[in-house]
Amino acid sequence: MTKKQKKMRLRIILSLILYIICLFIPADNFIKLFLFLIPYFIIGFDVLQKAIRNIKNGQIFDENFLMTIATIGAFIIGEYNEGVAVMLFYQVGELFQSYAVGKSRESIASLMDIRPDFANIEHDGEIIQVDPDEVEVGQIIIVQAGEKIPIDGIVIEGSSSLDTAALTGESVPRDVYNGSEVISGCINLSGMLKIRTTKEFGESTVSKILDLVENSSTKKAKTENFVTRFARYYTPTVVILAAVLAISLPFILKISFADSFYRALTFLVISCPCALVISIPLSFFGGIGGASKEGILVKGGNYLEALSKLKIIVFDKTGTLTKGTFEVSEIVTANNISNDELIEFAALAESYSKHPISSALRNAYNKKIDYLRISDTKELAGLGISAVIDGKTVLVGNERLMKHENIAYTSHDSYGTIVYVAIEGIYVGCIIITDEIKPNAQNAIKNLYNLGITKTVMLTGDNQKAASYVANTLGISDMKFELLPADKVSAVEQILEQKNNDEVLAFVGDGINDAPVLSRADIGIAMGGLGSDAAIEAADIVLMDDKLEKLSDAIKIARKTMLIAKENIIFALGCKFLVLILGAFGYANMWAAVFADVGVAIIAILNSSRMIARISRK
Amino acid sequence: MKKVFKMQDLECAHCAGKMEDAINKLDGVEKATINFMAMKLTIDADGERMDSILDEAQKICSKIEKDCVIIR
Repeated sequence: MTKKQKKMRLRIILSLILYIICLFIPADNFIKLFLFLIPYFIIGFDVLQKAIRNIKNGQIFDENFLMTIATIGAFIIGEYNEGVAVMLFYQVGELFQSYAVGKSRESIASLMDIRPDFANIEHDGEIIQVDPDEVEVGQIIIVQAGEKIPIDGIVIEGSSSLDTAALTGESVPRDVYNGSEVISGCINLSGMLKIRTTKEFGESTVSKILDLVENSSTKKAKTENFVTRFARYYTPTVVILAAVLAISLPFILKISFADSFYRALTFLVISCPCALVISIPLSFFGGIGGASKEGILVKGGNYLEALSKLKIIVFDKTGTLTKGTFEVSEIVTANNISNDELIEFAALAESYSKHPISSALRNAYNKKIDYLRISDTKELAGLGISAVIDGKTVLVGNERLMKHENIAYTSHDSYGTIVYVAIEGIYVGCIIITDEIKPNAQNAIKNLYNLGITKTVMLTGDNQKAASYVANTLGISDMKFELLPADKVSAVEQILEQKNNDEVLAFVGDGINDAPVLSRADIGIAMGGLGSDAAIEAADIVLMDDKLEKLSDAIKIARKTMLIAKENIIFALGCKFLVLILGAFGYANMWAAVFADVGVAIIAILNSSRMIARISRK
Repeated sequence: MKKVFKMQDLECAHCAGKMEDAINKLDGVEKATINFMAMKLTIDADGERMDSILDEAQKICSKIEKDCVIIR
């Protein structure tokens, strides 16, 4: 509890005791009024003060004013004890509310407790702590075991493992050593690291992430905007209704003016929209904060709202569904050659090429290439390569090359790029190179269907065969293949045109080269955002690591957030309307009205904080 | 120019909304947002007039919530 809250607690206890004493003192009306005014002022003087000040400032319909009118009104019609009790109850509610808000703020702050407070630099042989803002690009910083890396950079001395959980939600530590790139916000677990910074603090990953999450409230969800707009009209409307009620009820229902006045007072108490105004943004902020804890950055409540209605997901293939790196996955030999020899000849022949296929071959060979053995390398456009190795003519290329050179070969049918090899005109085998599908991708897609995604589409530049292999393996319902990078936007636009208006489409890519598509889709989701500024910049939602499973986590968080927000809206409005109606017919007293105001607010805040609590527990 | 300021003693969410509205109407302010949970005020405004805009914003905040302070 803060000092302010403790003071309020004392006032509540004091006036409660005095109030109870007043209830048991037998006295005539005038003395009774005087007695009840003592606890009333102890508990309510600040409300009265604020009300007067706000009227001076032209802020009429504020809850302090409404409470003042309501309680003074109660005194006027002779309900002294009710006047005090209502004020007391209101202040208790306010105290609870302030406490609950404080607690939520604390837990949100701890969710985002990844901001590094200092950086260590060496100065005249001593290690000193400085503000990370003061460190320049290229300066050397020292990170001891247990400390957070404050700024992005490259390790120049030492090795350690890093805890990236705060950024990615991933619990397996990442090993770093001389030359590794490291990202701010990670915690250094074991050894001391010397790091040469590559960015300023403000441009470092951790600052970007924090900015993003903190600024996310600028992009409000429709639900949030609805609440703000609603609040603007709600209070004046209820106050006017109260006035109408006070004047008209005696004529309609034949009740006394005192009675109708009392009913109007209950209206005033209910007229503050606080429950909604606090709890809805709190749910969204909790959702966004919680998602960031899982390594999912959401740039605004509007995206969280859209994500909860997601129906169609368009995937980029390379780097999203597949690992994005080519590897030799299968070797088929013919005519008495060993696997190693086949790889050796292919790697040597391709050694001058920069193509990803050749680097896959070189990686598989994994020995230093002796360029002296190679001569006469010729690139045969659209076919492959011809080279002379150890005096023998080696052909490495596709099926067309084999046909072109009239070589008797065995055609091989498999997913991926197939490289055929012939030595001195004789076919010796083929090597299959694939961009491997990510482990768990299959499960991840299945989970998405289980969550009610109706359509998945894969976009790729590959040919039909390679595309359908990946799509079939993963269970993706639709695909578009042989696309040039520029075609992807129009492909997404086509799908956008075909869908219903209430279906939300997301594009998932690796954030490299697909910025136009990311911005064209309803929601642009970039994967593997850790360390890639372009992805963080272009996307609406960034998955910090490259795990597809995070997609369904993100959807679940979004749905939970929306559910809580809707619960709060329905609960708060329901209670208020119910008490308004009961109050109008004289069935609800002021106690019920105060409950419909602060009580409902507290319950709604507690409900919102479930979102935060669920995630902090993890 | 966009700047973020921390706020102190911001207790009422409804008030934060009112402050946001009023600050947005100030001359020279592109966009202002108040994040009630994080207690942060973000002002996107003409850099040279930022000081006078902040004075105005502080007046608005004090009017709506007496103790509320924008920390510069």
